[in-house]
Order: sequence, then C-alpha cells, then structure tokens
Amino acid sequence: MPRPPETRSQSLPEAADPNGIVNGALVLEAVGLSRSFGPIEVLSDVSIAVRAGEVHAIIGENGAGKSTLMKIMSGHLAPTRGWLKIDGARIDLKGPVDAERRGIVLVHQEIMLAPDLTIAENMFLGREMRRGALVNDREMNRRAEKAMRAFGVEAPVNVPVQRLSIAQRQLAQIARALAVPHRIAIFDEPTASLTPVETTALLRLIRELRAKGVGVLYISHRLEEVKSVADTVTVLRDGKRVATRPASELEPLDMARLMVGRDLLALYPPRAPAPTGEPTFEVSHFAAAGFDQDASFSVRPGEILGFSGLVGAGRTELFEALFGLRKGGGKIRLNGEAQQWRDARAGMRAGAVYLTEDRKSKGLLLEETIATNLTLASLDEFQRGPLIDRAKESRALDAAIQRFDIRVGDKNLLAGQMSGGNQQKLLLAKMMQLNPRVVVIDEPTRGIDIGAKQQIYRFIVALAAEGRSVIVISSEMAELIGICHRIIVMRNGRIVGEVAGEAMNEHAIVVLATGVSASAQGARS
Amino acid sequence: MTQAVHEAPVAAPRRRLSVSAIAPFLALALICALGALANPRFLSFDNITNVLARSTFIATIAVGQTLVITGGGLDLSVGAMAAFISGLTILFLNSGLIDSMPLLIVSAMALTLAVGALCGLFNGLTTTIGKIEPFIVTLGTMGIFRSLLTWLAQGGSITIRNNDVRAAYRQVYFGDLFGAPYPVLVILGVAVIGAFILYGTAYGRHVRAVGSNEDVARYSGINVARVRTITYVLQGLCVAIAVIVYVPRLSSASAATGLGWELMAITAVVVGGTRLKGGVGRVWGTIAGALILEVIGNIMLLSNVVSEYLIGAVQGAIIIIAMLAQRGMSGSR
Repeated sequence: MPRPPETRSQSLPEAADPNGIVNGALVLEAVGLSRSFGPIEVLSDVSIAVRAGEVHAIIGENGAGKSTLMKIMSGHLAPTRGWLKIDGARIDLKGPVDAERRGIVLVHQEIMLAPDLTIAENMFLGREMRRGALVNDREMNRRAEKAMRAFGVEAPVNVPVQRLSIAQRQLAQIARALAVPHRIAIFDEPTASLTPVETTALLRLIRELRAKGVGVLYISHRLEEVKSVADTVTVLRDGKRVATRPASELEPLDMARLMVGRDLLALYPPRAPAPTGEPTFEVSHFAAAGFDQDASFSVRPGEILGFSGLVGAGRTELFEALFGLRKGGGKIRLNGEAQQWRDARAGMRAGAVYLTEDRKSKGLLLEETIATNLTLASLDEFQRGPLIDRAKESRALDAAIQRFDIRVGDKNLLAGQMSGGNQQKLLLAKMMQLNPRVVVIDEPTRGIDIGAKQQIYRFIVALAAEGRSVIVISSEMAELIGICHRIIVMRNGRIVGEVAGEAMNEHAIVVLATGVSASAQGARS
Repeated sequence: MTQAVHEAPVAAPRRRLSVSAIAPFLALALICALGALANPRFLSFDNITNVLARSTFIATIAVGQTLVITGGGLDLSVGAMAAFISGLTILFLNSGLIDSMPLLIVSAMALTLAVGALCGLFNGLTTTIGKIEPFIVTLGTMGIFRSLLTWLAQGGSITIRNNDVRAAYRQVYFGDLFGAPYPVLVILGVAVIGAFILYGTAYGRHVRAVGSNEDVARYSGINVARVRTITYVLQGLCVAIAVIVYVPRLSSASAATGLGWELMAITAVVVGGTRLKGGVGRVWGTIAGALILEVIGNIMLLSNVVSEYLIGAVQGAIIIIAMLAQRGMSGSR
C-alpha cells in the first residue's frame, strides 16, 4: 500500500495536538462531518483523526451517532456536510468497496455471514482462491484455520456457520474482514457477544494490529475494555463530539459521565439480603440433548441466581431445553409439583418464562408495533369474545411504557426501530405480562448502553423484591457479581461450581469457568 | 436518569406500508378506467356483475391463500382440490341418497365443506407434523387430487344427471338477493370473515407472528404447528365455498376443472400486497388482485387490441410487475 511521507493536516488543531499520544502519521481524518436523515441531524460537525498505530475508541450512548460516524468513515454512508481525508488528502468514498480498496475495513456489529457456507467459504467469499478452474478448498481452509487460531479459538472451519456459536461466528466475521489488506480497521462493538476469553484474544489481536502500524477505530459499550485497549478516546453525545482525550487520563466512570452528560448513580442497585426460604423452583439431573449436563440447582423466591461460563458452556442450551425450546430431559419441580414442559406455553402456564439472549431474531417481531409485541405471549388475556380488546391492549401498553421506562416518542413505532435498550425493556415487559413466578433472563444487557443497563439491573432487583425467583445468564461477570446472590459456573456443558457472598469475584469465576487457575486472568481488567 | 437516549434514526419512513396497501385498489381503478375507454359496454351492469361472478372462484380461494401465505406457508393444490371436491359433490348429488331436493342440496354443500376442510387438514398436518416444505407437500397433493378426479370421472367428466337438481342448484350461481347476485355476496362474505380473522382475532395475530418470525412465535409460547395447520384448513374451506358456487355454473367437473387456479390465486394474493414470505397479509388487497385478473381478461375479450389467447401471458406479466412495484415501494434493494 503506497503511503506518502508525513503529510500533516492543518485543518484539525486538536488532532495535531502535541499531547497526541501516538506519534504515527495521520492516516484517516474526519473533518466537520454532519449527517441528517430527513429533518433530524444525527451527527453534527464531528472531527476526529486516527494515526497509524493508534487505537482510537469512540464511545457514546445509543443514538449518540457512533454507528453513523463509522458508516461514513467506511463509505457506507455519505456525509451531508464535511469530508474525509486519507494521508492528509481529501477524498470522496464512493462506497464500501472503494473504502476497502483504500485500505479501510469495517467489522460489522451484526453478523453478516452466509449461514449455509463454512467459515472458510465465508472468509473468501467473492475472492475465492483457485487452482486452475476449481476452487482451492484445502488452501482456503488452511488459511481460515490459521486466522481463527490467531484468536485462540479452535473453530471448525469446514462446517456451516449456522452450526457455530454466536461468538465463533463473530470471530469468523472479524477474521474475514481482516483478511483484506488494510491500514485502518474499524470495529463496531466487536465484543458484544464474546465472553472474557475470546474478548482477551480479540484485544490481543487489536494490540498486534496497532504494533503493525494499523490505525484502529474501536466502538464499544464496555468501558473497562476501552480503558484497557485504547490510546485515545472520543466521546459522542447527541451527535456531537464532547471530548477527545488520551485514554490514560480517563477512568471508566469519567467516560460514563461524559457519555450521559451528568453524574451517574451507582451502576448496580443496593442488594437485598439473600432470601432464606425454601426453594420453589428445583431442577435435577437435567440435560439438553447433545450435552452431558446432569444439571441440578434450585432457586428461592426473591433470589437472583446467576449463571456464568464461557461461550459454548451450554448455559443457553440448558435453559432452552428446560423450557421445551429444544430437546432435553430431566426433572423439574415448581412449587412442589413435577413439571415437564414440551413448549414455551407449558412453562408459561406453570408460571415460568425464559427471555431469550437473541432478542432480535427470537424475542421480538421487529416489523410489528410495540403493542403487538407486548401482548404476543399473553394474547388470551386480551380477548373479548372472538376479538382482541384494543382498549385493554392500549392500557397495557401505557402501563408497560410507564413501568419499564420504554422511551418512544411515538407509540406506533415498530420494534425494529427502537434502540437495543428499549427492545430489551419491551422484551421484559412482554414476559412480565404473564406475571411469572420464575423469570430466566439470558444476557439481559447485551449490546445496550450504560443508562439502559443501569435500569435493567434495577428492574431485575425489583422483580426479585416482589418475591419472584430470578435467574440471570450472562457473559459479563461484573454484572452477575453486581446483582446476584449466588452464581453458578458452567464449563463444557456441566455445572462446575457455585460462588456466593464474599467469594463472588472475577478470579474465582474465571478459575471455575476455564478450569485452569489464573489462565484467563485480566480478561476484563 | 438521562434524557439523552434517542431512538436510533431509521432511514425508512414508517408509514410507507399504507402506500402499498392502497396500490392494488389504485391499479384496479386505473384498469377499470382503461376498460371503460376501450369499450363503453365494459361499465354496463350486466358486464360488471358477470365479471364479479366469474371472479368469485379465484377471489374466494385467494382469501384462504392469503391466510396460508401470511402464516408462512403456500398451497399449490387448490386448483386440483377444487376439481376433486367438485367431482365428489356432483357424485353425491347424483347418488339420490336424499329425496328432498332442498335437503339434498344443503347436504351436498355441507359435504363439500367437510371434504374441503379434510383436504386442507391433510395438507396442513403433512407440512407441520411431517416437517416437509409446503411447496413439496402441496405439489404432491395437487397431483393426487387431480388424479383422483380423473379416476372418478374415468378420464371424462362428471355431470349432474338429474335436470331438476340442476335447475334448482343453478340458482346458487345465477340467482340474486335483492338484485345482488349470490356470487358477489359470497365474495363479500368470505372477505369480511377473512379480514375479521386476520385483523381482529388473536388467532389472526398469531398467523402473522408465525409468518413473520417462527422463532419469536415459538419463544412466545405460540403453537406454531397448530396455527399453520389451521390456515390450511381455512384454505380448504375457502376452496369448498368456491366449489359450492362453481358446480351450479357448469353442472360438471372434468380434468380441466380448476386448471391453473392455484397460480391465479397466488397471483391475486401477491398483487394484493401480501408478502410472499409471510408476516404481512392483505385480505382486501387480495380481492382487488382477483378482480384485476378477471377485469383484464374481460377487457381483452371486449376489445380486439390483444388476442384473448394471450390472457395467460398478461396475467403472468402482472405478477412480475406487481413484485417489481412492491420492491420499488419498499426502497431499493
């Protein structure tokens, strides 16, 4: 890739600031970028600069304009005002292909792989390696395997992507993006569905990119991660840049303050004392099909029980099997009565609900309204004669918006048009229409901003305070430690231990989750 | 809490759907205007009622197809099913099991509905319990139904033998109620009930949910197999209703009965704005779609610009144009 000698921009005083932490040449600059959709300006006059060998994090709440900025910088969207510079020269990106040709690659937040093709086939899609007239599968598989191993992941590169876990798919997607020659890599929330071990591997990879002189733009909601990997942090709020500072000067709490524009209350609500009553929900010797799980555990009313473990540990599979959403078997007792749930409806009738981790493709109908989604699982309650009672439905919507602070300007909005935080609140509201005694929430805060996270934690604690048994499955150890009374750790499909009280700390969980003492230390520090 | 949370901007305007919802009616109005220009006789009362009556079969079947497609399914067997049920109905009328004429005809109608529901149930259970693609299942039953009729008719046709029965039953197609021909009332009735089911009831919403995203429906505790199976039963009932009106028209069924109806019904559904992959259904749009097909055929007969032998080609072109228009309206892809 040709690179002209040091060409300094005069247009960006701050970027050329002597406190620049990294001394590499400026590779990519955004100068006064604005972007409007109709009458709404979602990005206004934002300038940032990325140097070779710099990891530049962009943080901000949902709707702050991060994704719009990234889309402009990767050629997916044209700015309404302002322009980009590469190596100090003004350019017009004609599209993502043009951007890629100039060495800018974007790692998408959403998984964009063909589900029926293998990792190797996806990685080389559109630029297959050939041997004569045939594709050279062996060589492509070899390279794909090598790229995946760079993440420390042993993922089978020759099975259809749809059979892999979300984390494996995410890593495959990153590997695919980075297979293109690049000078600037843009990561849009790459760790949203990764567990600590994979996150550590990804951060290591990003540091390697930096060492090679690649300019990295990094978007994440995980502020500790930003602190650990970034050189420079730019904070966006309401489409404007509010700060650009060296990461060394900012603690995660400072970042959060800049993001929301005021002081945050404590992230986790005060913890109620662990309840001591008799357990009402008991599972014994349960296993999801294809797993040798033999899982036994129980929850008390008012208790919040966490489930931790690495991706692929079988947590989601265990609970999906419990709720009849996939095959499995074992004993379930609820309020002393033996249960066997062949489908989600059976669990709901008995008073237990499962909130999926995959709210976009299993939790909500993205093309339907909020009200339709809210009542979908409890529509029987909203019938008057053969008809749906719209007035009652509308009252339920108002109540849910109030109770779960779902922030929508227009109640006719479609679920797919809401932010991740609001979608999660809607999913919670939908299942709470059933007034369940046992609530299982899988990855309650994946991909949502810090303000909404804080609210979700409060809702979870409130559900327990109402005497419900709550089970939280999460890959974020910090949040489990922050809200749970007890945490069960799974590894390779099995429950390997339990921590509670003073013993609940990341070290103890990582040791249990990996089975190797101190091996994954520092994963989230 | 912070007030800084805004909804992420979505480039697509929200109420875009309403444009595609009225498009079929605009198209129908436009085509009727063209028809009136081409031949003044087009707007005569006789011609209009004739067109409406002739569209009854496709319109009625297409309402059922709207439910099936909205639920994420497809039924290719409707034309053959109509032929098969017609044959059975006529055989029953010829059997002379019941002496009383009105009772005989009413029993025949009840039998028709029962057989239609059973045929639909078979399609539905085979796709849902058997977990086979509806395309394949109904392709199979299409062959089965058509062949059963051919066998029943021994390769020829089955005709109502008794002239009294024929004369009495004839009223169902040719008669009217206060000037409104029965077939027109049938279209209205079926559409009103279809719209009521799809938009008003919890079941209808479940149909949309299942067609929109099967996983979300399953995780919401909806019995996906039952919801889908019932759409096929309702489709079978719609075919039966079409047969009830069809049999008195020609008083006969043969291997040519209902030939190509499945394609016309699916065309009507798609032209009406229902999404072929499910989740969005438009019952009244389907009626407009069925009328468009019939009106165009009618105009081609009345005017001599295009040979009526090309009706199939024009109808084929319509479905492609409708899809292109739908895509144009839902933004460039």
